Amino acid sequence: MASLYEKLEKDVRFKEGMKACMNCGVCTAICPAAEVSDYDPRMVVNIVQVRDESELEMLLKSDTIWRCGECLSCKTRCPRGNVPCYIIQALRALSIDTGFFIESEQGRKQLAIKRTVGDHILKYGYCVYIDEVDLETYPEQGPVWDWLRNNRESMMKRLGTSYGKESSGTLRNTMKESLDDLRRIFDETGGTQRFEKIEKYSSEKAKELNKEFSEGQDEYWKFIYNR
Amino acid sequence: MKIRKNEIWAAYQKEIADDKYYFARSCIRQNIFPAAENLFINILRDITGKDIFDDKRQTTCTGIAYHSGLIPMETIMTVVARQFALMNQAGYENFVVSCVTSFGIYIEMLETWKHFPETEEKTREALIRATGMTFTIPANLVHASDVIYKFRKEIAEKAGFRLVNSKTGEPLRVIDHIGCHYAKIFPVHGIGGAEYPYVLAGMIDEWGGSQVDYPERRHCCGFGFRQYLLKSNRSYSVSNSKKKLDSMLPYKPDLIIANCPGCTFFLDRWQYVIAEMEGKTYSDNGYGIPVLTYEEIAGLLLGYDPWDIGLQVHQVSVEPLLDKLGIPYNPENKYKGVNGEDLGRPALPEVLRCH
Repeated sequence: MASLYEKLEKDVRFKEGMKACMNCGVCTAICPAAEVSDYDPRMVVNIVQVRDESELEMLLKSDTIWRCGECLSCKTRCPRGNVPCYIIQALRALSIDTGFFIESEQGRKQLAIKRTVGDHILKYGYCVYIDEVDLETYPEQGPVWDWLRNNRESMMKRLGTSYGKESSGTLRNTMKESLDDLRRIFDETGGTQRFEKIEKYSSEKAKELNKEFSEGQDEYWKFIYNR
Repeated sequence: MKIRKNEIWAAYQKEIADDKYYFARSCIRQNIFPAAENLFINILRDITGKDIFDDKRQTTCTGIAYHSGLIPMETIMTVVARQFALMNQAGYENFVVSCVTSFGIYIEMLETWKHFPETEEKTREALIRATGMTFTIPANLVHASDVIYKFRKEIAEKAGFRLVNSKTGEPLRVIDHIGCHYAKIFPVHGIGGAEYPYVLAGMIDEWGGSQVDYPERRHCCGFGFRQYLLKSNRSYSVSNSKKKLDSMLPYKPDLIIANCPGCTFFLDRWQYVIAEMEGKTYSDNGYGIPVLTYEEIAGLLLGYDPWDIGLQVHQVSVEPLLDKLGIPYNPENKYKGVNGEDLGRPALPEVLRCH
């Protein structure tokens, strides 16, 4: 069976992002995540390049790999051409693939993202969709958004959008043929499989934590989304 | 060999097609600032006389989910390939991207195909199996702000207003905020590169404003993808926006102009949150700093009605900016619906002043 490192090496982002790190720490200095948490991309890159399998497994089961905000500021700055964010992307994919993501509080939150943005993609053809963005889930949207949302039938027409219409234009309904294309692309390329893995491993964790697990914003979703 | 500064600058120029664009829309912009993209299209069609195609068959690029660790690279590559196939079918070859996240995605996939040709081959096979489609790579791929930058002089010539305080004659102090994925990933694809991006600064210069240089000018707005999407993690986002806002405050900016949908949203909404949480606002009058997109600024200067281009859906009120610019507006029309009906008023925040 392939080692964790060998699996990482198959990811083109890992090939592109992992050259040789001299531990200068410039990536950590520029990193917005390091600014607000104990996240340290230099440490991540160093753990990976040492190729210690047990350390790697600990990393995949940790909160650490989920702290990055993927702004990719590190790519501009590394003097040796490493890309810590690309390494993180490969680690995150492997963490879900192996089911290790469920071992960390931050990793478990992938279900909450799958059931919002992930499901919106396949339902609406958009990552974000106004009907789903309420103040309880997104309170920082504020009173102007709440007003717009409550008056969207009229305001979206006033602003010249195609909201709710089967035509071109802003916020049009995505055609069924296009949604079908998306679904088949997900089936062909591993997107569906990844969603199913997130659901499967999460259901096991929910059982262990004695949280109700069904679909949408169930008890387990609320637990991981808010906490 | 010593490289002259103007030679460095020459390396960060890019080709921007002159006409016949295929438009790739943004998820965030369509929802949060729903009039912005139509304004972009209208400026291109009505002011510069260009052809831009708006395709009802397109979908999200899935970029927000990809950068949250949710979508495999093979999946997003194939979604990108489908968008290119749609462009081909529509008879266009110049791809204009409305979203900065998407722009970074499209460039990243093209670069990956270049460096790892087997990934392009696999993508082509997956696209055919899933949809029956084939594609050719765009001749030109740029961000929507690149196009406005290209036509900034024509826009200035036709504009009735400039980024100047109409009462004092002084240039307005304008912050430019460039989305990280515009040039930090692939600097060569951004006008001015990652260090001195000129795409928005060029508009400020051309339209009469004064650029503000401040310590955290290049810092991320704090989107963080999954960090914002999860309520539990949003302190990441607001903290990084606050770092920027605190850094620009001593320069007393009149306006922030952004080219990324997420950045526009966060720099606007987090001002409201910081005001309500900490009692702090970022202007002497308590209104905060208006945050607009490049086409919203262009639209204002060109004389579009502020309420027809959706400026009432920004949380930070734009009236103080309109007053400085000397742009007339009717306050009565701000909250009217499509048939002129009164839609009431948004609730007022406790701290952030709003019109």
